[in-house]
Amino acid sequence: MSAWMQKQQARSTRAAAVASAVAEDAAELASEQRISMYTEAPSGEVCIEDFERYAIDRLRVLKGIEEAKTKGFKGDQLQELVVKLAEKHLRGATQQETRWKDAVSHFVLRLAYCKTEDLRRWFLQHECELFKSRFRNELPASQVDFMRRHSFDYEALAGEEYQVLKPDLVKVQESVGNSAFANEIKQATSRDAFFKVPFEQVPDLVATRRVLLKAGWAYVSRHEVASLVVSRFRAGLSHALVLTARRWATIIADEEADRLTPLISTLSERYLGPDYGDERKGPSEAVMAAQIPYLAKESFPLCMQSMYHRLHTDAHLKHNGRLQLGLFLKGIGLPLEEAMKFWRAEFGPKCMGEAFDKKYAYGVRYNYAKEGKRTDYTPYSCMKIIQTPVPRGEAFGCPYKTASPQELTEQLRAMRLPPRVVEEAVSKARGHHYQLACTAVFQGQHNCICESGISHPNQYYDESRKELTAAQGATATVTLGGAEHKTPVVKSSASAQALTAGPTPMTT
Amino acid sequence: MAEEQEAKRPRLDDEKEDMDAEGSAPGTSGLSTGAPAQRPKKSVQDLMRPYYGSKFPYDEFCAWLAYGHDSKLPQADAMFFQRRELCFTLDGDIFVRYQSFKDKEELQRAMANKVPAKIDIGPIYNVDPQRRKAYTGLAADRVFAPVERELVFDIDLTDYDDVRTCGKEAHICSACWPLMAVAVQVIDACLREDFGFKHILWVFSGRRGIHCWVCDERARKMTDEQRSAVASYLSVYRGSEGGAAKLALSQVSAANHPSVERALRLLYAAWTESILPQQRLLADEPAWKAVLAIIKDEEVCERLHGRWQRAHGRLTSGDISSERWAELSTEIDKVLDSKSADRARKQQLLRARKEVLFAFAYPRLDVEVSKKMNHLLKAPFCIHPKTGKVCVPMDPGSIWSFDPEAVVTVHGLLDEERGSPKAAAAEQAMAEALQTFHGCFLDELAASSRQSIIAKARSAAQAGLAW
Ligand code: SF4
Ligand SMILES: [Zn+2]
Repeated sequence: MSAWMQKQQARSTRAAAVASAVAEDAAELASEQRISMYTEAPSGEVCIEDFERYAIDRLRVLKGIEEAKTKGFKGDQLQELVVKLAEKHLRGATQQETRWKDAVSHFVLRLAYCKTEDLRRWFLQHECELFKSRFRNELPASQVDFMRRHSFDYEALAGEEYQVLKPDLVKVQESVGNSAFANEIKQATSRDAFFKVPFEQVPDLVATRRVLLKAGWAYVSRHEVASLVVSRFRAGLSHALVLTARRWATIIADEEADRLTPLISTLSERYLGPDYGDERKGPSEAVMAAQIPYLAKESFPLCMQSMYHRLHTDAHLKHNGRLQLGLFLKGIGLPLEEAMKFWRAEFGPKCMGEAFDKKYAYGVRYNYAKEGKRTDYTPYSCMKIIQTPVPRGEAFGCPYKTASPQELTEQLRAMRLPPRVVEEAVSKARGHHYQLACTAVFQGQHNCICESGISHPNQYYDESRKELTAAQGATATVTLGGAEHKTPVVKSSASAQALTAGPTPMTT
Repeated sequence: MAEEQEAKRPRLDDEKEDMDAEGSAPGTSGLSTGAPAQRPKKSVQDLMRPYYGSKFPYDEFCAWLAYGHDSKLPQADAMFFQRRELCFTLDGDIFVRYQSFKDKEELQRAMANKVPAKIDIGPIYNVDPQRRKAYTGLAADRVFAPVERELVFDIDLTDYDDVRTCGKEAHICSACWPLMAVAVQVIDACLREDFGFKHILWVFSGRRGIHCWVCDERARKMTDEQRSAVASYLSVYRGSEGGAAKLALSQVSAANHPSVERALRLLYAAWTESILPQQRLLADEPAWKAVLAIIKDEEVCERLHGRWQRAHGRLTSGDISSERWAELSTEIDKVLDSKSADRARKQQLLRARKEVLFAFAYPRLDVEVSKKMNHLLKAPFCIHPKTGKVCVPMDPGSIWSFDPEAVVTVHGLLDEERGSPKAAAAEQAMAEALQTFHGCFLDELAASSRQSIIAKARSAAQAGLAW
């Protein structure tokens, strides 16, 4: 650790010397400690336990961000929440440790999330959100200082050029509704109000016409510098992830085959919620084989529904499907004996008696850890299901990812969901937001709000059962009062607020 | 040379054109109209071979796409041209993608050989596209990917069918050309003044559309994200919904982005001088209803509608649409000047008057073409298979005098008697097209490409010293 720290300190003192003429030293050091561009990997030693613990802590932050966005958080509200999450999970005992932990966890997750396009996209998106929130949380002076330090050496617009452009700058601010800032420009010679940068660096501001453009320069107001910094951060990280993927494949994976590789390759599949496998369901909650058909209709998420459907029509299901569906059924409380009954009945038309016992009974018992390594297997999380590659024509996997928009539309229509919900889900799925699509369907199906978002098929099931029993209660009371309609069950006022804040913005 | 035939058609710029049933299909011959013909006119397809043999400007075409790398400069990248994808459309709609050529001679031979009905230009890849197979394995470090591509735009009159009153679909005439002319003006001004691009090539697409190629090095190196951003910046008109145009104008203030205001000034001039009178946009009831639907203000609309209905069929010495536009403006001004009207109403009217111009006349970009590096676009100097017209370059500075109906055709060049006035005129027109190509585009581009190669070598040398 120390070598890396020394280098860091050397760097900051050097940078401080350069910049001391312009800004207050205190602000500089502070910004440097709270945010990083992660341009250099930390060098030093870290024990394998910390390695894993740090990574998981960071994962909690990133998943928290994802969840918040699912709930419709945005703008300042989102920023505040993200900063809090980072404080909670990434803080070390000392400032040095905090910085160290931040760097290590970032680089470990880079390794874990570099392998596929999907993983990279997910990681990039949430790391950028984290970075942006932290950056915007800094005071303006400290932001400017951070930029200077990372050689965002842009000219601040001044002098004659500023005077000439002023009317146009005002117009841009007015057109986007920042009239207060527009007045400020009009009246005062507000110093350092704009930076002059090549337009390529602020595509989001260009796309929405939030900057003045002249001869290839974009004049970025000091309120929008975050976009500038984030765009460099994103470009750098995106590039780095691709490079890491290559290096991983060619070098690291082999060198670290016994130590890091197993850890790293499971990190991205790590699901941090309850695992639905350990909790033993009480007898009252046990599910019988005979109940499965109606439960499937009422409370299975689409992935399990379609596997069940496939099994039922084909009287067969291939290995991966048997595994995913089997573990899920175990998770909802289907005991081993009932599971045997269920599978035997479903395979019945094609494969009976001894043949079944020979070929498939082992697998069923295996799921319940009665065969093989005898470890208790837990049901798959959405993350794991989504990431398992699905060969053509197989029924497992997450349908929001694997089905074409047409197929998906049909399946959802068949569930008798309102067209609005179908549309929403299909468009989310198309934007690669599979779990958001699933959440939308859940909400449409149960006419309620799902605060936490869907991240596990068994969670889907459990919440669905809860909703349905609650709704039964609710309808009962309402009917007593004489009204006919079902009131939507809103679980908490916070979630209602979050939803009125609008749908999750699509990233542009 | 290995070639790849693809039965499935890639999405191309003028897919819509090819679906039109009208016009004679390539390969069939028709009689020329007008004066009784002495001999049957040859089909466009028949004339392609001689066109590629003697008329296609290979020198200019290749000089452009080489961007200075065909020079003897020691720093030139000799493989540059060869990494460019060209796509040939052979007779019978067979697409042959990923063609690439070492140099002008090789291209010339291939075109004479295959006689493509159409040539599309794709991106420059990291490796010769003919050798891409070696790079599409699973190893992540051997990828086949586009690295450079002109920023392109495609505007087509068919996208204006809801506002064109002179004709629809493949139709084009002097009354609808102003829509294209103002599109060139608006986009060209943005590209030059806002984005600082200099090397911009405008091309007539052969029938009723225009293409724009932005060839500055900076434009060629843009990522897909940046391309989308530029396309979005330029898109004020965003399609229509339920018959009403969707416009990306400021919703929060009367002020618009300076770039949008400049567009408005250009639109306004084109509107009053040509588009409004020539498209007869207020001449009859369906037309004025469409305009009033944007104005919305009940009082103003009712008054005008009533007046215009009563005066229906009235003859006028001037242009009826222009007169009515003036009336409409007067009505709006009255409200704006009146003390009793409230602020919101005034604001709405003020905005609505601008919206009419954007809804009817703002350039309607096919943004999908611009967003991705690897989108194909038809090459300049191709022949349009239906019209036989050459896809000639246009001078944006004199775009209003461009006449799409007088564009040189392959028939004029190759199917008229040698030495006849018609043949001479065609020769002349082709020569002028090449002059435009040089004067508006190629000469400056060549100079700047050369400089950029030298500058790169110099900075590389300096970096070498510094180490
Ligand atoms: S999001 Fe999860 S629960 Fe929903 S269908 Fe996909 S894998 Fe199943
Ligand atoms: Zn016309």
